[in-house]
Amino acid sequence: MNSPGQDFIQHLINGISLGSIYALIALGYTMVYGILQLINFAHSDVYMVGAFAAYFAAKLLGLNNSPGIATLAILLIASMVACSVLGLAIERFAYRPLRKAPKLNILITAIGVSLLLQFSCQIFFGADPKVFPNVIEDGVLTEVFGVPLKMNDVSVLAVTLVAMLSLHFLIYHTKLGRAMRAVSQNRTVASLMGVNPDRIISFTFIVGSSLAGIGSVLVGMKYPKIDPLMGLMIGMKAFVAAVLGGIGNIMGAVLGGLLMGLSEQMVVGYLSSTYRDALAFGILIVILIFKPSGLLGKGGVEKV
Amino acid sequence: MKYLLITAALLGLSLTACTKKNDNEIVLGHFASMTGSEATFGISTDEGLRLAFEEANAAGGIKGKKIKLITMDDQGKAEEAAAVATRLIEQEKVLVLIGEVASSRSLAVAPLAQNKKVPMVSPSSTNPKVTEVGDYIFRTCFIDPFQGTVMAKFAFETQKYKKVAVLRDVKSDYSVGLADFFVTKFKSLGGDVVGDVSYQSGDVDFKAQLTKLKSLNPDAILIPGYYTEVGLIARQARELGYKGTFLGGDGWDSPKLSEIGQSAVDGAYFSNHFSNESTDPTAVEFMKRFQAKYNKTPDGLSSVAYDAGKIIIKALESATELTRENIRGELAKIKDFQGATGKISIDSNRNATKSAVVVQVQGKMNKFVTTVNP
Repeated sequence: MNSPGQDFIQHLINGISLGSIYALIALGYTMVYGILQLINFAHSDVYMVGAFAAYFAAKLLGLNNSPGIATLAILLIASMVACSVLGLAIERFAYRPLRKAPKLNILITAIGVSLLLQFSCQIFFGADPKVFPNVIEDGVLTEVFGVPLKMNDVSVLAVTLVAMLSLHFLIYHTKLGRAMRAVSQNRTVASLMGVNPDRIISFTFIVGSSLAGIGSVLVGMKYPKIDPLMGLMIGMKAFVAAVLGGIGNIMGAVLGGLLMGLSEQMVVGYLSSTYRDALAFGILIVILIFKPSGLLGKGGVEKV
Repeated sequence: MKYLLITAALLGLSLTACTKKNDNEIVLGHFASMTGSEATFGISTDEGLRLAFEEANAAGGIKGKKIKLITMDDQGKAEEAAAVATRLIEQEKVLVLIGEVASSRSLAVAPLAQNKKVPMVSPSSTNPKVTEVGDYIFRTCFIDPFQGTVMAKFAFETQKYKKVAVLRDVKSDYSVGLADFFVTKFKSLGGDVVGDVSYQSGDVDFKAQLTKLKSLNPDAILIPGYYTEVGLIARQARELGYKGTFLGGDGWDSPKLSEIGQSAVDGAYFSNHFSNESTDPTAVEFMKRFQAKYNKTPDGLSSVAYDAGKIIIKALESATELTRENIRGELAKIKDFQGATGKISIDSNRNATKSAVVVQVQGKMNKFVTTVNP
């Protein structure tokens, strides 16, 4: 029997675990927006393709039932590579030809790419859900105030933290990161300083898509059911998380993701599951009324 | 001249577009979730139906005509079900419409069939509202008030559970109905329903609801949903450390349940139409034929679908003339039909009166526990 306090801690753990996945995907939206002012609607489908890449990689390599850190690493790499290639291809063939066109054209193209991916995957992979392989042997790691802390939740959090810290290092402590920040501030001036904007934009897509790839493997671990439309809702929520935190802002995306995950769990835990999605979008509306640029978004902030 | 050509071309097009009516065929339509998150429902049902019709065709057909079954995929969506059913009625001019497993989708189509006066037979939609739509809508399975009662009695009397919690899918007519009937019966028996929370089909995260239910410490959790979500729910409940039993209905009947749920669903009980451990001669014969054709043992949905097929064949045979109206009349007259899933009689509300079985999930097998008669 759980005490109300233990329940609360359990909700907290669930929420952080879910929120960190939202955050990973939100980062992909926010990075592309930061650099191109484009909402990349195909991002959630890149994420879906990542899940399938990991699924097929596990099948081909016979890793379906050999959980462990090595399996996790292999699947993460498979998914990241597949997502990067796809992200790169989308940027090169769908967005780059429209770079000089009005913003609306690219936005509509993004929606088109998203639908193309969703439905061609239904043809190739079938619309029925697939069962994601066992990645990590789940077990109780430790107890926090009598609430079991599970291996799965901890790995999700650990992978997310490593990914975010690497991203932070990349953007603020490397030459490439400086170039990314430069392009996001002013593409023309950056190119005058010897930065090749096209290459930086491609690179941003690679990084953003890899993060989606990581997210997809983590989701597969937690909720072992994948299907071609799996990106739809989670992509929408991650997008809301990115806007909530201030789109274009990296810390904002993380904060937004965690907020979304936690508030969802609390609403379902203490009110009713019917309000889960209503809340997500309700928050979006309220934030946009009172703080149109998002929680951490303000003019002049560094965007990547 | 130009217009003449275009008109001629259009005319030609419209003529070829018409499906050629073959007088030696009886066309039946099946709308089913062949893909989507309940894909095994549609596939199992189609396999059962095809076996039944193949047998009839091999035996010389009906009144010298062969049965042709047209199956259309509704992707597990109610709006898609209505669209393909309309196509089956209007374009393919089917004599009888067969479908669906999920009550929400049967309910989306039933008014269309009723309006057009096309007899519709649902093999396995258990929500009572389906046949209430009108006198052209039939089913060959039991209904949820019965199924709910079976599980409530099983939980209270056989398993001696005193405290049960319910986790229902608010988007599914089937789930809400079954949950309601279970709760009413379980309470009237003297049991206590300690918690009643909801989820929505398509959700993947159920931890918040389960955290809440776990702290109420029920002996069992009733999850009257479909297998995809049930598998995920069971897993997450075990992850949170819940140790009680899971109970469910015929929506669990899929090989995917244990694939998704793995060891978490082991030991769970659900009510079903059929157990493949049945020793009834009709059932044994059916299993033998099914095994020979598909090289696997049939699940409950294949079995009720097979019976639905057989009942339709019987109605076609006894109809003096093959019209939709005549067939409707013959369907209503089905009495004590010996099917693979037991003796089936169509009552005045066009529902089937028949027994239910309770089975227990054991790995990839569903172990027979008990039969409950109406």
